[in-house]
Amino acid sequence: MTMLALNNVSKSFGALTVTDDASFDVPEGQALGIIGPNGAGKSTLFNLITGNLRSDSGSICFQGRDVTRVSAMQRCLTGIGRSFQIPQPFEKLTVFENLLVAATHGRNQSEPEVRDACADVLERTGMLRRANTPAGQLSLLERKRLELARAMATAPKLLLLDEIAGGLTEGECQSLIATIRDIHTQGVTIIWIEHVLHALTSVVERLLVLDFGKVIGIGAPDEIMASRAVQEIYLGIDV
Amino acid sequence: MTTYAVHTRTRASNAAAILLIGLVAVLVALPFFAGRSTIQDMFFILTMLVLAQFWNLLAGYGGLVSIGQQAFVGMGAYALFAAVILGGLDPVPSILLAGVAALIISIPTAFFAFRLQGAYFAIGTWVIAEVFRLFVAQWKTLGGGTGTSLPRSATKDMWFVDAITVLLDVKSSAARDILAYWLALALALVTIGGIYWLLRTRRGLALAAIRDNTEAAKSVGVDAGRMKWLVFLTSGFGTGLAGGLIYMQKARISPDAAFSVTDWTAYVIFIVVIGGIGTIEGPILGVLIFFALQSLLADFGSWYLMTLGGLAIVIMLIAPRGLWGLISERTGIHLFPIRRRLTGGKLDQLED
Repeated sequence: MTMLALNNVSKSFGALTVTDDASFDVPEGQALGIIGPNGAGKSTLFNLITGNLRSDSGSICFQGRDVTRVSAMQRCLTGIGRSFQIPQPFEKLTVFENLLVAATHGRNQSEPEVRDACADVLERTGMLRRANTPAGQLSLLERKRLELARAMATAPKLLLLDEIAGGLTEGECQSLIATIRDIHTQGVTIIWIEHVLHALTSVVERLLVLDFGKVIGIGAPDEIMASRAVQEIYLGIDV
Repeated sequence: MTTYAVHTRTRASNAAAILLIGLVAVLVALPFFAGRSTIQDMFFILTMLVLAQFWNLLAGYGGLVSIGQQAFVGMGAYALFAAVILGGLDPVPSILLAGVAALIISIPTAFFAFRLQGAYFAIGTWVIAEVFRLFVAQWKTLGGGTGTSLPRSATKDMWFVDAITVLLDVKSSAARDILAYWLALALALVTIGGIYWLLRTRRGLALAAIRDNTEAAKSVGVDAGRMKWLVFLTSGFGTGLAGGLIYMQKARISPDAAFSVTDWTAYVIFIVVIGGIGTIEGPILGVLIFFALQSLLADFGSWYLMTLGGLAIVIMLIAPRGLWGLISERTGIHLFPIRRRLTGGKLDQLED
């Protein structure tokens, strides 16, 4: 089954086209990586999928249902979870309360109903020992983990990760990859934007290249990395 | 394996709860041993506290900095006068109508004001309040621009007044003050209890999330728009109830007084800001400081307002989260705790 389908989606800010006629499918259970140079429109593409931005034209279907006109809040309820590129925690709430907000509202359940599920997500993302710490006091790695944990707390079917490994040390990166792989193994469909290529290719089954808002390639990671277009545009090699 | 549990109460809050019950008992019994001027002062403190709690709910939790709350005080007050003078109703049940009237006008107010953000929202609410004041000043049967009084017949036969006269052996004028005081006490307790309850539900979590980061809140399924409506309408209703009650006690109304931005919004903001915005304890502490300053500086005319303004600036500079913010930061004490602490399960093993 197709989890997510974009059909000819475009978005402009004034004269600048940031998403240009993008079309692609993500089958259920797959992990898709998105790469592209800075300013290629990767985060914008995410904002269009989550509903934080509205597309100018084209359609977005989630599990066969057209969600192009559906709000970010409703899309979360139907099963689209996300992390932000720059962590956006609820700073005055504790880590556990951050997850409680996401779980009670994202799943529309009561606090007692989601308590154990939140604790479970904290455990899986390695954040349990920080459960009662205000989010404003966390380190960068912990903030990134909280982004992941909070998105997981909404019990998403499709998880969007925006440069979650950026800015981490190699050791931190490896442990985060292990967590993401674990989430993926449990059947969650993932779309992951990342500049840290080895992190990305160690998890995803398919790679999409974006440049100037256009999808210029999609396929197996080996083929994409070897392709002429990627080497020219992304790696800056003049072939 | 042990299971997880969530706690909000602390030792300090348990002690505070016991003290609070004692304090409420004293306040309920106050008319039996306190003089009339004390009762009037307490009425003022309690009604300002209600206004402050609702403004705090709006600005401190909902992020909606309104400077047009006088619209709901004035509309509530005028609805009460209309119900008594034109409808021939008793003033006590008319207080409910005051709340309903304020609730009704808060719907179009929200509809227009929610199109504006931040400072524009603040000014917008003020302008809308002025519009309501100008409308009411045209209402000739209620005295137009000069205002009117509640008829003596209506205030003399008010519900419960006879009973209080007999019970406490006081004159009917003193009995009216005691009645107003008890109603204000009940309103303040219901307000604080209701807000505390709201903050402890998942809607309270949503409010905190919206306050910290609206975009992220939407992305985890929080309906930010609906929460803002809920908070704005609730505040409108509660502020209207307080407005009706304040003017039932005054028994005399004019548009300039009932829609006064200084009395019903500026003082209220002062109370919340110096006490501590975004906490239930803040407005309680703030209203006591406000009352003390007012009593001390009552004879100094315009120096009074200048001192209030100066003090507000100093406190904002040295303690941006107000005096209660400073106290709870230093001591870790929360009298109305809302923080949900996860305990048990694997957390216990981690702590070993």
